[in-house]
Amino acid sequence: MEKTYYNPADLAKFGSISELQPEMGSKFFDYYGEVFKEGALTAREKSLIALAVAHAVQCPYCIDAYSTDCLEKGADENQMMEAVHVAAAIKGGSALVHGVQMMNKIKEVTM
Amino acid sequence: MLKSVRSLQGQQHELSDPALQLNVLQQPALHGDQFPVFAEKLLQHDLYPLKPTGSTILQINVGKMCNQVCKHCHVDAGPDRKEIMTAQTMQLCLDSLKAAPQITTVDLTGGAPEMNPNFRWFVEELSKLGKQVMVRCNLTIILANKKYHDLPLFFKEHQVHVVSSLPYFLASRTDAQRGDGVFEKSIKALQMLNEVGYGKEGSGLVLDLVYNPSGAFLPSGQQSLEAEFKRRLKNGYDIEFNSLFCITNLPISRYLDYLVNSGNYESYMHKLIDAFNPAAATGVMCRNTISVGWDGYLYDCDFNQMLELKVAQSAPQHIRDFDVAALDERNIVLNQHCYGCTAGAGSSCGGETVK
Repeated sequence: MEKTYYNPADLAKFGSISELQPEMGSKFFDYYGEVFKEGALTAREKSLIALAVAHAVQCPYCIDAYSTDCLEKGADENQMMEAVHVAAAIKGGSALVHGVQMMNKIKEVTM
Repeated sequence: MLKSVRSLQGQQHELSDPALQLNVLQQPALHGDQFPVFAEKLLQHDLYPLKPTGSTILQINVGKMCNQVCKHCHVDAGPDRKEIMTAQTMQLCLDSLKAAPQITTVDLTGGAPEMNPNFRWFVEELSKLGKQVMVRCNLTIILANKKYHDLPLFFKEHQVHVVSSLPYFLASRTDAQRGDGVFEKSIKALQMLNEVGYGKEGSGLVLDLVYNPSGAFLPSGQQSLEAEFKRRLKNGYDIEFNSLFCITNLPISRYLDYLVNSGNYESYMHKLIDAFNPAAATGVMCRNTISVGWDGYLYDCDFNQMLELKVAQSAPQHIRDFDVAALDERNIVLNQHCYGCTAGAGSSCGGETVK
């Protein structure tokens, strides 16, 4: 057993997930490559979105990968931190908006 | 921690020795695995031995003296470096170029080439030969002393193609690589170049910028970065330029020292090797460029020059014996640092090599 659940060296082995299911793995990586190509959004904008999502899903592999990728694509530190704040705002907001549900319930069960 | 303001050589740092740098590059990775040998990688793609495709550019390093001490400098240049090309060696270059019409471009580099006392005379003579002269100007030299303030006009007079490093459009990352206050001076120098017409549409005066990453990561997307640089420099400082060249930092000299000290060496080598691109390998600059050192010796590129890897023994070794036809028959000397020029979209003194 590994001593920790996350090993930084595993990031480079991401491609090996295809070994147990080559067809689906290959389709996933083709799709992944297509998604990150320059399109209606620039590759830099997509990288910043990926960085924000990486924080929202709290994936250390993705945070490592997209911090570097953002730098490589010319994003500056302010843009990167703003992207993380966008993730934080949505995460915080998604918790808080459920407060309405709580208030509904309070109303329902109290006099 | 005190900031280093001297070259590795000036500090008597062990990595100032090219033999030790090559030794580091030959070391296995942490877990004992050897990094794949670059020459073998080329062999797998029918590119070994690597041969010139026809030399058209002579890159002349006129000296290691510089007013800056950049953290990534592969030359280990600085104010404390005294190696500069003499007028006699420059004359040998001129004599060789006169007899070599196939060499159409002369790329002057350093150090800060302008600090060589014979720089202006050399540019004038090269210009008389009808060669396209390119100067790798670090920008801050223009402001370093009153005697350099008229460099933009001098460049204009000789239709010099100016190529200048600006690693980022913000001060933080530029100064982290090139020294405190460099960004502000670089901006001022770019404005001075713009004032005489450099980088302006229709002027015919070319001003290109060089981007190389301020850290242990690779450049990516030259076209997209160029658009971002143009937008930021125009909006922030009313600066215009022609093209942005993305150059990968090669793991030698001060950049190697940075990689080793910051614990990034292995991951950087893996990154370069994983990004090996045969198309980039096909277009490497050593196939159409010959590099001349300050003392007249010949090399396959400026990086090999700093590692003291002269051109193959079968070819002329010194500018006094310059013979393009004989040099074009040589096998290019390779080592592990060459992975830097073949990663991703490739890297050369003119930026990406895969269009």
